Amino acid sequence: MERLIFYVLATVAVAGALGTVSFKNPLSCALSLVVTFVALSGLYFQNDAPFVGVLQLLVYAGAIMVLVIFVIMLLNLPDVQLEQERVSRQGIPLALFLLGPLGVLVISRLISIELGEKPEVNASFGSAASVGELLFEKYLFQFEIISVVLLVAIVGAVVLAKKRL
Amino acid sequence: METLVVLIPLLLLAGSAISGILALAKTRGHEVPDRAISWIACTGPVLAFLFTVLIFNNMGEGQVLVAGYDWILAGGAWIKAGFAVDHLTMVMLMVVTGVGSLIHVYSTGYMKGDGGYARYFCYLNLFMFFMLVLVMANSLLLLFVGWEGVGLCSYLLIGFWWADEAKARAGMKAFLVNRIGDAGFLLGMLAIYKTAGTLNFQDLRTFVAGNPEAFLQGSGFFGVSLATASCLLLFLGATGKSAQIPLYVWLPDAMAGPTPVSALIHAATMVTAGVYMIGRMNFLYALSPTSMIVVSLVGALTAFFAGTIAMTQFDIKKVLAYSTVSQLGYMFIAAGLGAVSVAVFHLVAHAFFKACLFLGSGSVIHAMDGEQDMRKMGGLQRKMPITFITMAVSALAMAGIPPLAGFFSKDEILWKAFSSELGHGWFLWLLGIAAAFCTAVYMGRLIFMTFFGSCRADEKTRAHIHESPKSMTGVLAVLGVGAAVIGFLNVPHFLGGHAAFSHYVDSALMAAGEEPLAAETGSVAVELSLALLSVMVAFAGLMLAWRWWVKDPSLPATYVDRYPEVYELVHDKYRVDEFYQGAIVEPLENVADGTLYKAIDRKGVDGAVNGMARAFRWLGARLASAETGNVRTYVAVMIAGILLVMLSLLT
Amino acid sequence: MGTEAYLIVASLLFLIGASGFLLRRNLLVMFMSIELMLNGAALLFVTFARHWNRMDGQIFVFFIIALAAAEAAVGLSILIAIFRLKHRVNADELSELKG
Repeated sequence: MERLIFYVLATVAVAGALGTVSFKNPLSCALSLVVTFVALSGLYFQNDAPFVGVLQLLVYAGAIMVLVIFVIMLLNLPDVQLEQERVSRQGIPLALFLLGPLGVLVISRLISIELGEKPEVNASFGSAASVGELLFEKYLFQFEIISVVLLVAIVGAVVLAKKRL
Repeated sequence: METLVVLIPLLLLAGSAISGILALAKTRGHEVPDRAISWIACTGPVLAFLFTVLIFNNMGEGQVLVAGYDWILAGGAWIKAGFAVDHLTMVMLMVVTGVGSLIHVYSTGYMKGDGGYARYFCYLNLFMFFMLVLVMANSLLLLFVGWEGVGLCSYLLIGFWWADEAKARAGMKAFLVNRIGDAGFLLGMLAIYKTAGTLNFQDLRTFVAGNPEAFLQGSGFFGVSLATASCLLLFLGATGKSAQIPLYVWLPDAMAGPTPVSALIHAATMVTAGVYMIGRMNFLYALSPTSMIVVSLVGALTAFFAGTIAMTQFDIKKVLAYSTVSQLGYMFIAAGLGAVSVAVFHLVAHAFFKACLFLGSGSVIHAMDGEQDMRKMGGLQRKMPITFITMAVSALAMAGIPPLAGFFSKDEILWKAFSSELGHGWFLWLLGIAAAFCTAVYMGRLIFMTFFGSCRADEKTRAHIHESPKSMTGVLAVLGVGAAVIGFLNVPHFLGGHAAFSHYVDSALMAAGEEPLAAETGSVAVELSLALLSVMVAFAGLMLAWRWWVKDPSLPATYVDRYPEVYELVHDKYRVDEFYQGAIVEPLENVADGTLYKAIDRKGVDGAVNGMARAFRWLGARLASAETGNVRTYVAVMIAGILLVMLSLLT
Repeated sequence: MGTEAYLIVASLLFLIGASGFLLRRNLLVMFMSIELMLNGAALLFVTFARHWNRMDGQIFVFFIIALAAAEAAVGLSILIAIFRLKHRVNADELSELKG
């Protein structure tokens, strides 16, 4: 059963990713990206990370993607332009000669190695309570830093989006 | 007692700080009444004077020591900063705080309405602080701090009206010339520290008394003994600060500062620091007859040459400046003969009559609307009676007319020179008596040209002439009385006195049972006849001045016409300034500007730096073409990097 | 399922995101490709957190999500500013930073 769920989720995630990079219309891209995110969230659950999985759904698939879709609709690019902007010719050799070897190298290696069995974990692994405990004790300082980063991002976004630059 | 001693300089430092803050506040546009500044500025010196009197009354025979604190760690031993007040210091304290207070009061009238009122008093208080540190220091090093401090304040005050370039330049000249002397002072100090391992006066005196041979060994420089070398180096410092040949050239130019500054710094106190220092170090000078001969000879030559120059100057302050140089020369004659108390007595008397003369000239300049040329004065006698009387008394005192102060002090110096056993005494005496004649002539000339005859000023100025305000005339009166009576402090034995002042000062400088260096020799008859001779010389000088500048004002011109070369030479101050300019300043400037700046700095150093910058700019321009501005290229390079890392990790 | 399977999925997501970035010219799609790469990395973290029984990896995913939110805010506003200026969102036409 677990194996089946994994295959389904993995297939959906990869398919969504392929859709994201290949659709002509950005809106279709964004929607397939949402599909990928949802599948990824499932994979997180499979890995005993329910809290992060929920975050992935809420923040990524929810908030961020809504933002992207808003922008897409705001720009409302005409079809002609979209066609022009689809594929960059100079990117093809780059992708072929750089990503081809990289993919072959990494994936062949991953297929051949043995990492051994996963250990048993207790029930609270990945729950909101235990992640929160770790976050507010060991990673408190980093947590504060990331909030400052978010604040700066908000200010930056406001400045950039003003009528006059 | 110790608290009082420490409070004296601190009062002045506080006054300076407050005035400084007020001056800053004023430049920021805050309203600061001049009255408040006057009160703040005058409180410090007056209180310091009162404290000095208190200490004087309670001191007795010994000295007041203030231990101070660990100051500098040098070669494993702490140098302590502390104060020591003995009789010599006491006299200096009296002069500095007493004359200083009077001049502060005078300044409140003289500087009224000047834009830099608060700044002026900030500098003046700071000057007094450093001067007090100088005379109260218990070691040569702390004395040097005060020495440099008064030099700084002198520079600041000469260039007080810095908007006038000539005045700013005069300040710089004073500072730079002093720097030469200070370099000598520093070297002398280091030589002493290396030999004795201490700079504390008391320890040094003990060391010199215990093992003088340490100082008598050769210094490795032309067979000169260490004592001579260090004494001469210290004396070089003194020639700078006290304006002696060869470094006197800054003092006449220093008259660019406000007149009270000329009176306080460049006549009464700072320029006497060299005399004080030699008096303080007299136990070391006693080890080196050579250096004593040099000191007294330089003093005598300076006294004579400066006296001749003073006779030919027309600027009233320049006359007084050269006369100061000349009188300082007298002090060095005595100091070089080992007669410290005599030198210090002349210092005190000089402080009174020269301060009075300067302040009087300030009063005249004030009345003449800034005019300093004596050729445009004359006949001021009626219009400025107080100024006239006080200045006349001071001038007579300086000329050496009995029973005014200058007679006692100057006659004592001449007598010491004449009776000296050092073997060149008659020469010193001859120069001294010639200088005394000059003194009488130029002092007479100054008084006659300024106050007698008819007024040579133009109509507008003439209408402006008036007696100065009370804060100025009051001070003049006090100083004039001082100049008249201070001589009675030290009536010599042959006139039936007790030489009280000399005993007071000598008791500080001599260890118990030690004889003064220049012991009394010769007979009373000789001493008396010499005194009579010098009085006659003084009267002769005054008579000559009367004949030339009052009775027949055309006479000087005929003599000038008869010996034009001589007159020109003296009037141009022997062209020493021009000589220094040509022999030292210009070659230095050529080296600095031509070689160091244009060749080495601009071509060498700048060339190397700019060349480096140019090389990197060229390299940068080549490398910049790698930046295509296309985001895809950047990402491709990053992925290529990942590929390389992966390759090195996985294969 | 073994850990390796998850790793392969993560690598695939990263590779697909990278190829999307290299091949597409639309800035919006390039932005989404970046998100794909980020998520590939996040999946790695979660997988290894489980594999080594340590939750620190999950914390890192939390941070990645927060950073992605910040990046989205700034990146999209830059995108809008560019569009306002050029009426285009074509990456190849932007080379103002050429040295």
